[in-house]
Amino acid sequence: MTRSLILGAVLSSLVVLAALTSFVWTPYDHAAMNIPDKLQPPGAAHWFGTDHFGRDLFSMIMVGARTSIAVALVAVGIGMGLGVPLGLMAAARKGGWIDEVIMRGNDLVFAFPSLVIAILITAVLGAGAVNAIIAIGIFNIPVFARITRGAALSLWEREFILAARVAGKSDARISAEHILPNVTNLLIVQGTIQFSLGILAEAGLSYVGLGAQPPTPSWGRMLADAQTMVSFAPHLALIPGLAIIVTVLGLNLMGDGLRDWLDPRLRVARA
Amino acid sequence: MRFATFGRRLAPAAALAAGLLAVPAWADGEMTVAMQLEPPHLDPTSAAAGAIDSVLYSNVFEGLTRFMGDGSVVPGLAESWEISDDGLVYTFKLHDGVTFHDGTTMDAEDVKFSLDRARAEDSANAQKALFTGISDVAVIDPQTVRVTLSEPNGSFLFNMAWGDAVIVAPESIEGIKQMPIGTGAFKFTEWVQGDRIVLDKNPDYWGTPAVLDKATFKFISDPTAAFAAMMAEDIDVFTGFPAPENLPQFEADDRFQVLVGSTEGETILAMNNKRAPFDDIRVREAVAHAIDRQAIIDGAMFGYGTPIGTHFAPHNPAYVDLTGLSEYDPEKSRALLAEAGHPDGFTTTLHLPPPSYARRGGEIVAAQLAEVGIKAEIINVEWAQWLETVFKGKDFGLTIVSHTEPMDIGIYARPDYYFQYDNPDFQALMKTLDETTDPGKRTELLQQAQRIIAEDYVNGYLFQLAALTVAKAGVRGLWANAPTQATDLTAVSWAE
Repeated sequence: MTRSLILGAVLSSLVVLAALTSFVWTPYDHAAMNIPDKLQPPGAAHWFGTDHFGRDLFSMIMVGARTSIAVALVAVGIGMGLGVPLGLMAAARKGGWIDEVIMRGNDLVFAFPSLVIAILITAVLGAGAVNAIIAIGIFNIPVFARITRGAALSLWEREFILAARVAGKSDARISAEHILPNVTNLLIVQGTIQFSLGILAEAGLSYVGLGAQPPTPSWGRMLADAQTMVSFAPHLALIPGLAIIVTVLGLNLMGDGLRDWLDPRLRVARA
Repeated sequence: MRFATFGRRLAPAAALAAGLLAVPAWADGEMTVAMQLEPPHLDPTSAAAGAIDSVLYSNVFEGLTRFMGDGSVVPGLAESWEISDDGLVYTFKLHDGVTFHDGTTMDAEDVKFSLDRARAEDSANAQKALFTGISDVAVIDPQTVRVTLSEPNGSFLFNMAWGDAVIVAPESIEGIKQMPIGTGAFKFTEWVQGDRIVLDKNPDYWGTPAVLDKATFKFISDPTAAFAAMMAEDIDVFTGFPAPENLPQFEADDRFQVLVGSTEGETILAMNNKRAPFDDIRVREAVAHAIDRQAIIDGAMFGYGTPIGTHFAPHNPAYVDLTGLSEYDPEKSRALLAEAGHPDGFTTTLHLPPPSYARRGGEIVAAQLAEVGIKAEIINVEWAQWLETVFKGKDFGLTIVSHTEPMDIGIYARPDYYFQYDNPDFQALMKTLDETTDPGKRTELLQQAQRIIAEDYVNGYLFQLAALTVAKAGVRGLWANAPTQATDLTAVSWAE
């Protein structure tokens, strides 16, 4: 276990814990407006202060974590769910037309900056958390397809696969029973990284108003709302900004740490 | 139809760039004026976009009559007029020696051309209703024009003061959208699209000449960029400042002055009167009682705005304070909902256009409605989408918008108008009002009209939008109020 893995895991679980706790408890109702109490700086009554509607920022951050995690998690799920089978298929039919179609399709999606695609998709489908999930999910597909194919290709050359083929197993069964388990580590690492990118993308989309719609709190929208108030209520921007940093940093450290920990070659090199 | 359109987060990068590149215009006789929206083109007589008037009204284009900063209507290009006893014939005497910026003379033929063009069958004028009562326009001599109405219209002189009724010339009408030629104290010089419009002093102006030699209009839609450009002193005046939360900082700063005035913008929570459940007056009344206006003014506008109880500007002498009819009373609201058959409330949509009064106000309204059980799903839309879905398509439950036209209570007499209020009594009252010229009687009718729509709870009446202007301390002569959408620079100057 590396230090970065531990630090990353601690930061990430902090955020996950906040999100889970928000289901049963928040200091205040995150949507309750109390306008006379607006723009309070952080203090004893409101740990993170209040926003321009007098809502408790701490509660909003907790529920916002829920929004971020939910959107990013489902989006990565979509990316993995579709990308991994595509990658396995492409590897099994290396050089064939299926491989060509899948990989050129990948290149097509990859050719566009991911956030631009996401903005385009939400602009067409309409703003909202579900469409944000779809948008982020779509640009996750090629990432998983490519990484799966790359790893699977080298496995297909190995003796134990040859043995499986000799035993008469179909390509689909070999992919599922032998290739997939051997790329899982890689997928976990990539999943963590993509998850942090998903959080960033969700924040970006809601910053431009295309993510979760009010009253559902979202870190990106909190940042956008704070924009004109930074000069007299900096906590409104700093706190959601820090929340995003902590989450993304935590997940990235964890991803790096996991890679080092799970990859046997690196483990050997370190030893 | 015109709405207060200070949007948020529109093209922030471009706006920021525009703000940063502005050249400081301390130079004597020059002034840089910023506003949020850039006009789509420069013909005020063929578009609903208020941004056109914001740049050109009174500066470049003038009408027979005109609005002053206090909302009064005074002679413009018409020096004087006579009204026949039956109120049907208006004989306007035009000013002598008025020329358009291209050197051609402005005479009765131009007036006839402008009015006939505006009221023509195929007219593109956004306010054709202003001209429908005109049955004939006749040139008596170059300095005299006679307008005959089909029926008396007490607000005819008021109508002629609108930006949509300015006088244009047949010689220059072809290119007016890019090269506006009017009679005003400033003439159009240059339009760099996406950045600025430049006006220069008209040396041959017929009336009191402008003090400034040059005025540059800049367009900065993003509130953050607006704040930064103002603070950096790149801009001399910002009219319709989009972020009320930043005003205290300007007020505390000696370099700036803040003007807070009133606009003609009745900000309303419009309800779709033809769509269930808002076709039930009890439901509409319940919505009205669920709304805490002061919380909306404080929360969305940081205290700037005057509560209203009907669709009428509080600064108008005929205004009746009817806010009591729709007092904040969630208990009563719940009771009314139960009576109307919605004891557990209902679900509807709340369409919100970009300005912060709508987006922020909408979040507060949704929270207040939730208190009484009405679940209003917020749908944020851009203006184009709002016009398409809500205004034209009438596909909405609730929406928030500010109606910035002066004296627009008449929209309630149009059953096909987007909130679809159809009351024959009200329509008859408006007709009587149009035919009445006696000021006392008109006031009485207007007050009656205000009561009818307030008692019918047609819409939720929230507040009168404040006119917020930030300017450098040395600027003199700006309008504090906005009786029409205009930035009249003809009397603006730098302090000595």
